[in-house]
Amino acid sequence: MSADQTQLAFDWSCRIMSDNGCGFPAPGLHSFLFKPIATVGGFEFNKVMLLALITTVLVIGFFYAAFGKAKVVPGKLQMVGEAGYDFVRRGIVYETLGKKEGEKYVPFMVSLFFFIWIMNIWSVIPLAQFPVSSIIAYPMVLALIVWVIWVGLTFKRHGFVGFFKNVTGYDKSLGAVLPLVMVIEFFSNLLVRPFTHAVRLFANMFAGHLMLVMFTVASWYLLNSWMIPAAGVSFVMTMVMILFELFVQAVQAYVFVLLACSYIQGALAEHH
Amino acid sequence: MIANLVQLAAEEEQNPLIPPGPELLVGTIAFAIVFFVFWKKLLPNINKVLEERRAAIEGGIEEAEAMQVEAQSVLEQYKAQLAEARHEAARLRQEAQEQGATLIAEMRAEGQRQREEIVAAGHAQIEADRKAAASALRQDVGKLATDLAGKLVGESLEDHARQSRVIDRFLDELDQKAEAAR
Repeated sequence: MSADQTQLAFDWSCRIMSDNGCGFPAPGLHSFLFKPIATVGGFEFNKVMLLALITTVLVIGFFYAAFGKAKVVPGKLQMVGEAGYDFVRRGIVYETLGKKEGEKYVPFMVSLFFFIWIMNIWSVIPLAQFPVSSIIAYPMVLALIVWVIWVGLTFKRHGFVGFFKNVTGYDKSLGAVLPLVMVIEFFSNLLVRPFTHAVRLFANMFAGHLMLVMFTVASWYLLNSWMIPAAGVSFVMTMVMILFELFVQAVQAYVFVLLACSYIQGALAEHH
Repeated sequence: MIANLVQLAAEEEQNPLIPPGPELLVGTIAFAIVFFVFWKKLLPNINKVLEERRAAIEGGIEEAEAMQVEAQSVLEQYKAQLAEARHEAARLRQEAQEQGATLIAEMRAEGQRQREEIVAAGHAQIEADRKAAASALRQDVGKLATDLAGKLVGESLEDHARQSRVIDRFLDELDQKAEAAR
């Protein structure tokens, strides 16, 4: 595919049953490729990178406004910030790790949650309209950080042999199947788990974006001749999908952080 | 063939599961900034405030409890003082009553005494007067009787001895009569 196509070059004249006879401009992998908007010393800076950086600015900006000059008697913004902070701290971290062990991981989990959530929300924000986390690199970076923390913590807690036992699910009572279990557990914990951790978020956002683009494009494409009612249906579906995506975006951020906590909890546990 | 390979390479590039390098870098930086600001600045900030709030609420509760305890003790003190005052008042009233009663009794006794004194004095006076009157009367009666008898009999009863004897006899008779009449 040429670079022109990758930018989802939208042809406004392309409608169903129009004379130019063009087909439905279906969304595809090219919907996830962007032309660089600036190139600095060979480094191609694109829209998704910009959105990722705006995410950083937004998250810090909001929480700075809320917590920067925190007061004992909170203002409205601080109350909202505290609610979000408490949701992650109590609802996720304390629930899985406990207050004593979990306290250390609260800053990481809180920043993780809000960073992912805002990255997801870009999906339905006009002009942005692209979930940053549907580019595998972003979830993968985060999953990798969680994985490194998990591996390091397991080593620190259990030593080398303990790490091996923890990772392979060593359990003498399994008897003959133990070697098989150990091999499966080893690959499952060390290789598959970080992968699924990242892909779970990525795939949800990827699929959501495809659906949104498809219904949006179809709403315009069908807006011709006697297909206009179908365009209406497609438009309603776009609205429904936006609501559904809002839900999925929050849930996926929650799930990602919950899993990160549960992995760390596994490392802290005395024996796996 | 070569075109085919180029096509394959291009498609390979579009595999959505292969992360592009620059994005990895940007993602790492973007998240790292968020994490460090939260870790070093914002969360310590809010945690401090939450702790202060907790302390303020607990402090307020403690203060309220202390005040309640104080109020309770003051109330009990007042109640005790009130009871003491009532007791004192009752005691004073009782004392006053007793004093009044003694006073009345004393005054009554004094009145009685004075009355008796006056009555006794009166009696004595009356007795003295009566005695004086009786003796005066006796002399007068004796004299009158002698004079009368002397006139009647013409005989002077100047003779003192006889005279006295007669008078005494007469008076004795008179006494006897009086006693018989009584």
